[in-house]
Amino acid sequence: MGHEHPAEHGHAALQHHFENMEQQREASTLGMWVFLVTEIMFFGGMFLAYTLYRSKYPEAFASASNHLDLKLGAINTVVLILSSFTMAMAVYSTQIGKRRNQIISLALTLLLGATFLGIKAVEYHQKYEDHLIPGRVVPSRPFDASGVHLLPGANPHNVEMFYWIYFAMTGMHAVHMIIGIGIISIILFWAIRGKYGPEYHNPVEVSGLYWHFVDIVWIFLFPLLYLLGRHLEH
Amino acid sequence: MKAMETFEAPKPARINYLNATYGLKSWLLTKDHKRIALLYLGSISFFFFIGGLYAMFIRLELLTPQGDLLQSTTYNKVFTQHGIIMVFFFLIPSIPATLGNFLVPMMIGAKDLAFPRINLLSWYIYLLGGLVTIYALLAGGIDTGWTFYTPFSTTFSNSYVIAAGLGIFINGFSSILTGLNFIVTIHTMRAPGMTWFRMPLFIWAHYATSLVMILGTPVIAITILLLAFERLAHVGIFDPAAGGDPVLFQHLFWFYSHPAVYIMVLPGMGVVSELIANFSRKNIFGYSFVAFSSLAIAVFGFLVWGHHLFVASQSVYAGMIFSFLSFAVAIPSAIKVFNWTATLYKASISYDTPMLYALGFIGLFTIGGMTGLFLASLAVDVHLSDTYFIVAHFHYIMVGGTLLAYLGGLHYWWPKITGRMYPEGWARFSALIVFVGFNLTFLPQFVLGYMGMPRRYHVYPPEFQVLHVLSTAGASILGFGLLIPLVYLIWSMRYGKIASANPWNLPGLEWQTSSPPPTENFELTPIVTWEAYEFAPPEETEVVGKFRDQPVEEV
Repeated sequence: MGHEHPAEHGHAALQHHFENMEQQREASTLGMWVFLVTEIMFFGGMFLAYTLYRSKYPEAFASASNHLDLKLGAINTVVLILSSFTMAMAVYSTQIGKRRNQIISLALTLLLGATFLGIKAVEYHQKYEDHLIPGRVVPSRPFDASGVHLLPGANPHNVEMFYWIYFAMTGMHAVHMIIGIGIISIILFWAIRGKYGPEYHNPVEVSGLYWHFVDIVWIFLFPLLYLLGRHLEH
Repeated sequence: MKAMETFEAPKPARINYLNATYGLKSWLLTKDHKRIALLYLGSISFFFFIGGLYAMFIRLELLTPQGDLLQSTTYNKVFTQHGIIMVFFFLIPSIPATLGNFLVPMMIGAKDLAFPRINLLSWYIYLLGGLVTIYALLAGGIDTGWTFYTPFSTTFSNSYVIAAGLGIFINGFSSILTGLNFIVTIHTMRAPGMTWFRMPLFIWAHYATSLVMILGTPVIAITILLLAFERLAHVGIFDPAAGGDPVLFQHLFWFYSHPAVYIMVLPGMGVVSELIANFSRKNIFGYSFVAFSSLAIAVFGFLVWGHHLFVASQSVYAGMIFSFLSFAVAIPSAIKVFNWTATLYKASISYDTPMLYALGFIGLFTIGGMTGLFLASLAVDVHLSDTYFIVAHFHYIMVGGTLLAYLGGLHYWWPKITGRMYPEGWARFSALIVFVGFNLTFLPQFVLGYMGMPRRYHVYPPEFQVLHVLSTAGASILGFGLLIPLVYLIWSMRYGKIASANPWNLPGLEWQTSSPPPTENFELTPIVTWEAYEFAPPEETEVVGKFRDQPVEEV
């Protein structure tokens, strides 16, 4: 039952149903891109809701957005962009066979990802303290917009709507970051074991794609959520 | 280029995918797409049966104008659960997860799908979603209608909305992973020589379906999540008291659920293309038109969701645009029907059971589709919306269309899947019963809807009773007709006539390997040099297809 040429037969990572590593690499990369398209559609519903209600209640959204911690948001943005850089370095190092750099870059990516989540936790805690968790999610602290400076024309109800969307979107984003950290941890584990190198680096590349996607979602979220009406700030 | 004659049939393999390994673990942990297809076949049949039981209660209740069998709240739960089970746990996965999983790799000459473990995962996700939904049913049920409209579902319903929503949410990932697998497989794993335009139309149909699956399903996922959060947190984007809009839910819901109906019908059309071509022994008329029409349906299908909101306070101007687009989306479907019909013209037709189902599909889908045009007309829809006309319309397409295609495909490929033939006499008999029963059930419902019978009501004016009785009688016949294949198909797995590799004597790639196939599908990777549906004229019997590793001769 010989159906593979001996030259391609040998690679340890070749799955039985693929003809050769090239096909496997193509399939796995296309698979990740298709998956990322589904993620765009997934976040799309929330972006739609955001767009609709921002256009309906611009003052309320601007008031609420002003009240978010711009400093922490901006730091987080830089942290994530840096982590995408380290991830790209990890992929590059793998491709050129620099194992030490590969491992360091992956570890740094993890560190930066965890930093992002830590800062997010601080922000969420602040919202909790300020009674800005929407509705009855925390029954003992119902939503209370009194701490938010309301621009003229802003209705407190719609401020709550902003925070609902804020938590839904950043929360969903955080879930994806946690998954991403899990994926990169696994990649790091195997990288330390020496599994990836110039002749087999697709899993690192494909994980990088996922990580960059999560980063891009934040790049959209940050201005849409944090930067509304900042020019109106006193 | 000479047509490809069927090869001397490879001897029926003693070792095939069914007996290659034994034991429960070898099935529950399989990576073989064929075994996974069978796992799906079993689970989907189970859910179909449950959905059918709910249908039985609906039809029994509607025998009399009074609400005497079920209380209103119970009736609400029965039709809701019928819809949820049938749509999400039967129709959407049916053809792709069973026939698609089995045949997509075989028809393109591959050993398996691109991601076999993800394939298995998709089945487990399907089971998990099903389990959560069954929990919701048993714990008390859900009464919002399968459409979950707000604010009833977010605020006022006392039923297990979140649990049912969670079940559907989980199930959605099964759909997404299946679609992802098909897309990557079709792009990257076609056998040498299998160009896009040599692929069977079954593959084109599943490719288009997969595009819809991956683009649409995430939207229902986030919609259900938002619905669930709103119900839990008592604030949200669908609640007018919070400045939200309940109609936003309808937009988000139908943005997926309309393309979802194309997920349900496109694979059926793919099956019908196979059945029509092969049982007419003739290439499909207008192959590229049929192929492109699948893509067109997938694209246009995303542009028409607003026709579900004509009477939901959507702007009239938006309604006009959606109405126009809904007419447009009928065109590619009509192209298929015309091309199938042209294929039949002057063809050598054999009226085996699969062909009977295919012919049934063409007729019933056409009726269903044309009644869709009535509904796409704004003024007419004002009167027909939320009546039994709608119910009849979508059942003609989903039962008269998809279910018939599913049954036809199941019978057609049964010898390939099991190595056994089904009993043709019983199969034709039950196809006839199904056809008669189906029409008797749903044709009266068009009249009922036209006369004003609302959907989701179990109490109605006495003058509607005659038509309801006819419909219930039809449903009983339909149910009986569907039970017969259940019996003889299972019977045939043990006692059916043993099938050869190519019992229908056809050129498709799946027929060039043994029945049942070996685990790796083909002993040698085929090299494809022939077009799809190339039937050899009687005089030409020279074999020109080659397998890799055999000497290549000049032709």
